[in-house]
Amino acid sequence: MTYSRDEFLITTIARLLETDDVRHVAVGAASPIPGAAALLARKVRGGSPRVSLIHGKATNPFCDGGREIFDAAGQGRIDVFFLGGVQIDGEANLNLVGTGDYPQVDKRFSGSFGSAFMYFTVPKVILFRPEHSRRVFVPKVDFISAPGVSDPDVYRPGGPKYLVTELCVMAFDKDRRRFRLESVTPGRTVEEVLDNTGFEIDVPEGVGETKAPEEERLALLRSTVGVEVADTYPGFARDVLGVEVAA
Amino acid sequence: MTDYLNDVDALAAQVPDGAMLALPPEYSFVPMALVRAIIRRGVRDLHILTVPINGLAADMLIGAGCVKTVECAAVSLGEAGPAPRFSAAVESGTVRVIDSTCPAIHTALQATEKGVPFMPLGGIIGSDILKHRDDWKVVDDPMGQGGGRILLIPAISPDIAIIHSPLADRDGNVWIGRRRELATIAHAAKTLLVTVEKIQDESLLASEATAAGTLPGFYVTALAPAEMGAKPLGLVEHYAPDTDELATYAREARTEEGFNAYLQRTVFGTQEAAE
Repeated sequence: MTYSRDEFLITTIARLLETDDVRHVAVGAASPIPGAAALLARKVRGGSPRVSLIHGKATNPFCDGGREIFDAAGQGRIDVFFLGGVQIDGEANLNLVGTGDYPQVDKRFSGSFGSAFMYFTVPKVILFRPEHSRRVFVPKVDFISAPGVSDPDVYRPGGPKYLVTELCVMAFDKDRRRFRLESVTPGRTVEEVLDNTGFEIDVPEGVGETKAPEEERLALLRSTVGVEVADTYPGFARDVLGVEVAA
Repeated sequence: MTDYLNDVDALAAQVPDGAMLALPPEYSFVPMALVRAIIRRGVRDLHILTVPINGLAADMLIGAGCVKTVECAAVSLGEAGPAPRFSAAVESGTVRVIDSTCPAIHTALQATEKGVPFMPLGGIIGSDILKHRDDWKVVDDPMGQGGGRILLIPAISPDIAIIHSPLADRDGNVWIGRRRELATIAHAAKTLLVTVEKIQDESLLASEATAAGTLPGFYVTALAPAEMGAKPLGLVEHYAPDTDELATYAREARTEEGFNAYLQRTVFGTQEAAE
């Protein structure tokens, strides 16, 4: 069965959610690929994890205002969250603010959102940045919106666990403060990953390929799960999964 | 008592130059008609506080020259893309940006809600946001319970907050549903200006079902009707965001000339006059 890049990324992320420690996945604004991955994982696992899409309606459980997701994360009620970055460096520092000298940066982006808190409190943060280039993966970020690691005297139950790009999956080793290559997208190579990464990473012997999407999972994505995706991301469900739901 | 005013321009007259103005997030009852009226009035030197993020309203106020300072966790048009006038103003240095992060803004308002001068917040230590915030302070856990270092955030009390709502009654009570961040904004602000789609005779407090989603009138300084008052943004269960219009804005506002033409058409021009 053929599949698109986005379908591949969805099934790749979904696999990272299918462990017993993942009971509640929260997904931030405008994140249809992580959102679809969470809904797929829930279907495959028969109803767990709980999935909270903050921009959904019935899929958004938060009823106590914008602060509730942060309060819930601070208490340890959210196990997985997704973050990205304009720049990400080898110690998993994230920059969502801009490039150049702060504050009058050369190129200003939106801002840090809740990253400086969620990165500390959610135990399994998955970094998701499809574009894999030296523009994104830099030796040192120009501005640290949220640091990848913290000193021992700062309470920090959370942090980065994985980085998913169109080229590969990496795992983050907190103690070594380094990423380790886990698997490479079918058709791409380790050399390509290294050429497009601006920081050093660990490459274990015999790194394999990331699994291609399983047929039954693609079928779910394009049918029942696709309908659930359409509830929050109708444009994405139509264009990527071919699922159209009457308004 | 809540003042019942005739229209958004009468509300906008209550926004003085230099005020700290709190704006709700994009998905949560943004009073766009009132924002346009504030721009028409030519207000200057505003200190905008996004709670905790904003998009179109902040970007238009910045582009129109109403803003001196933006305190934000993010300014973004969401799916329509980056906020072009915000980015241009920060890059050229015409607007001062005070970067924050979502829960820090919520926490600062919650401190004001409780009438305490500051509140602690986890995380954030090690972020460059903190490096540029002289008003924030890191202390060792003062309770001595081994909590390590922790950040203290000073209370924020906006001079003025503005919100839109589907429904009010005659006693100044305003329905906000589950958009509880609007309650936090209202509790913390010195003045609250509200636009509403509709005003009903029956009190919102008469039924427990509506009372649970009601902001009581003693927080509401003044109120005026504004039908379709959140457009081109959406109002949940009333109208969807006008995604074509938002895409048009994102495209035209990329240049100063394009933005000014957009402003002439939608704020000063025929489109608004026809409403």
